Amino acid sequence: MKSIQELEAIRKKTLESINLRKDTEGTRIVVGMATCGIAAGARPVLTAFMDEAAKRNLQHVVVAQTGCIGVCRLEPIVEVYQPGKEKVTYVKVTPDMVGKIVTEHIVNGNPVTGYTIGYYEAHSK
Amino acid sequence: MEFYRSQVLCCTGTGCTSSGSNAIVRAFEYEIEQAGIDKEIKVVPTGCFGLCETGPVVIIYPEGSFYSRIKVEDVPRIVSEHLVKGRIVRDLLYSESLDEKENILSLNEVEFYKKQKRVALRNCGVIDPENIDEYIAFDGYKALAKVLTEMTPEAVVECVKQSGLRGRGGGGFPTGLKWSLAQKPVSDIKYVCCNADEGDPGAFMDRSVLEGDPHCVLEAMMIAGYAIGAQQGYIYVRAEYPIAVKRLRIAIGQAKEMGLLGDDIFGTGFNFDIDIRLGSGAFVCGEETALLASIEGERGEPRPRPPFPAVKGLFGKPTLLNNVETYANICQIILNGAEWFAGMGTEKSKGTKVFALGGKINNTGLVEIPMGTTLREVIYDIGGGIPDNKGFKAAQTGGPSGGCIPVEHLDIPIDYDNLISIGSMMGSGGMIVMDEDNCMVDIAKFFLDFTVDESCGKCPPCRIGTRRMYEMLEKITEGRGEPGDLEKLEQLGKNIKASALCGLGQTAPNPVLSTIRYFRDEYEAHINEKRCPAGVCKALLSYSIDPEKCIGCSLCSRVCPAGAISGEIKKTFAIDQSKCIKCGACMEKCKFKAISVG
Ligand SMILES: Cc1cc2nc3c(=O)[nH]c(=O)nc-3n(C[C@H](O)[C@H](O)[C@H](O)COP(=O)(O)O)c2cc1C
Repeated sequence: MKSIQELEAIRKKTLESINLRKDTEGTRIVVGMATCGIAAGARPVLTAFMDEAAKRNLQHVVVAQTGCIGVCRLEPIVEVYQPGKEKVTYVKVTPDMVGKIVTEHIVNGNPVTGYTIGYYEAHSK
Repeated sequence: MEFYRSQVLCCTGTGCTSSGSNAIVRAFEYEIEQAGIDKEIKVVPTGCFGLCETGPVVIIYPEGSFYSRIKVEDVPRIVSEHLVKGRIVRDLLYSESLDEKENILSLNEVEFYKKQKRVALRNCGVIDPENIDEYIAFDGYKALAKVLTEMTPEAVVECVKQSGLRGRGGGGFPTGLKWSLAQKPVSDIKYVCCNADEGDPGAFMDRSVLEGDPHCVLEAMMIAGYAIGAQQGYIYVRAEYPIAVKRLRIAIGQAKEMGLLGDDIFGTGFNFDIDIRLGSGAFVCGEETALLASIEGERGEPRPRPPFPAVKGLFGKPTLLNNVETYANICQIILNGAEWFAGMGTEKSKGTKVFALGGKINNTGLVEIPMGTTLREVIYDIGGGIPDNKGFKAAQTGGPSGGCIPVEHLDIPIDYDNLISIGSMMGSGGMIVMDEDNCMVDIAKFFLDFTVDESCGKCPPCRIGTRRMYEMLEKITEGRGEPGDLEKLEQLGKNIKASALCGLGQTAPNPVLSTIRYFRDEYEAHINEKRCPAGVCKALLSYSIDPEKCIGCSLCSRVCPAGAISGEIKKTFAIDQSKCIKCGACMEKCKFKAISVG
């Protein structure tokens, strides 16, 4: 090892892949993956989030799954938790919506209102 | 970059390995692949979590769900429920990780971990010990970088001194002082050695550090090398620790490959190399001068000191020798500062200490606590108390060099000086808990048997003296004790302590002296009344049948292997004491609790 920079580079790179073991402060993207969610197509959504996180080298982001959230008719449901903020619930999520959610919400901090449960309920009638 | 949504950490320390964790790791890998989620989920073998009693243990992140006593058959369910559907399998969770309302607690809220403070064990159960990148991710080799680029050797020694760290190998010698003594002599060749012989029966913290976080020991040895001016290190590890040896070898190989061991580390011109030497299970080889002789290829026998190893050690050169757990604290001290470390613990014992909890305790395993924690907290809060609601009798610390701590000292804050003041010692951190069913004379005999076996024979007080003490204990436990035996034991014990050559003999009488100090009445019952109050010493037991309770079913007489029980059906049976071999089979079989022992 010739330099401390080299060490730092390894540290950063590896930390990304293991931070879910120590990080509880970062962003958590939780995908509903009960039977209802899976039947509605939650799995490709989950993998799309993972691909996106990997592609963009997102740090302090955890993609996790959870059981049934309770509104099965709106599955696949994705909830985003960020420290100090209200959670945001996205409904009827499809893989092609994932890129936008990651760019606008996770990276830039602006929830994609058009995909949220509130917007959906107000406009679907 | 690889991105995983979940990681399955499986303990592969020696404890969990022996309860089958390797098969668990393979089962997870297989099931995860079958479920088609192997790109999403990573299986990570790690070091010891500490709760060895409940192994094999598995933690799944990001939820932090703590599964215990996992069997291979459970794995498909965990994969299909938890990993595929996100439903935690509650009935397989470690029971104490659920509160009264069945809420799942995070690991840090579980009683076993709540009062612990993990410094030496901080990476154990968190990183993959066979992957140097993971160690680096958790600030590995950062302390070395800091030392080599920002600190003078004097400043390093000063920092260790200020931290108040004392040797964890048993003696409690101030580590900073030892480093400065090894720094002083002018010599072109010096050595840094690590004592990983861990011979105390019941102690396994050094093994867990080596298995769970081998790089932290390597890094600390390099820092020590820089501080005292050495370029070569040796780790003396017992051959009975195959997993530790294997992981150390892998760690050294990876560090060399990355140029973290070898020449011109970080481009600073500092060179350091580390080799492993295997010990073959002689307890005395843990003693420093014997250990160095053994590394040299000589017979592992102690020699008189001075000269101390810091002046004249390995191959006649100035040598620094520290214990594994001592080293495991060094990088944290460098990174967080001496004041941080000195802020934990008691006035004269700083930092934390790892204890191996064993014996009559619910949570057998490894715990790391701040110095000054009371024995009561360790046994009842962390250790989960004594099985079957039995009463606490004593805790043995310090192994064959230590002594027993009785009930009246349960609230004493544990540190080096307090333990010595009550006739025990810290030792390497083995802690064996005893309940009312343990006979203290028998315990003392057990430890003395060990020292008699392990005495190297070089000095007569230890070679002959400990054997004579053992014979006296044998006599007492066999019912041949005479008045005056206790006084003789005490006198001989004191003489051995004063005259033996090395620490082995100097401390060998401690288990006897401390049990006589606190449990004299138990010895006296053996000697004067030929009675073993705990019902352990066979020769002093007699089984008898209570005629009130016996219904004459003859079950006892049929099960007795010695034909010692006779009687008529439906009348009272009786035991012929001259034939009885005291196996206890009759008592176990009797359905009417008519047979008692005393
Ligand atoms: C009989 C005997 C056995 C010992 N066994 C060990 C051992 O297994 N591990 C250990 O670290 N120290 C052991 N020691 C203590 C060492 O001699 C030495 O004090 C210690 O390794 C120094 O390291 P420390 O200052 O970091 O504790 C033993 C001492 C004696 C007398």
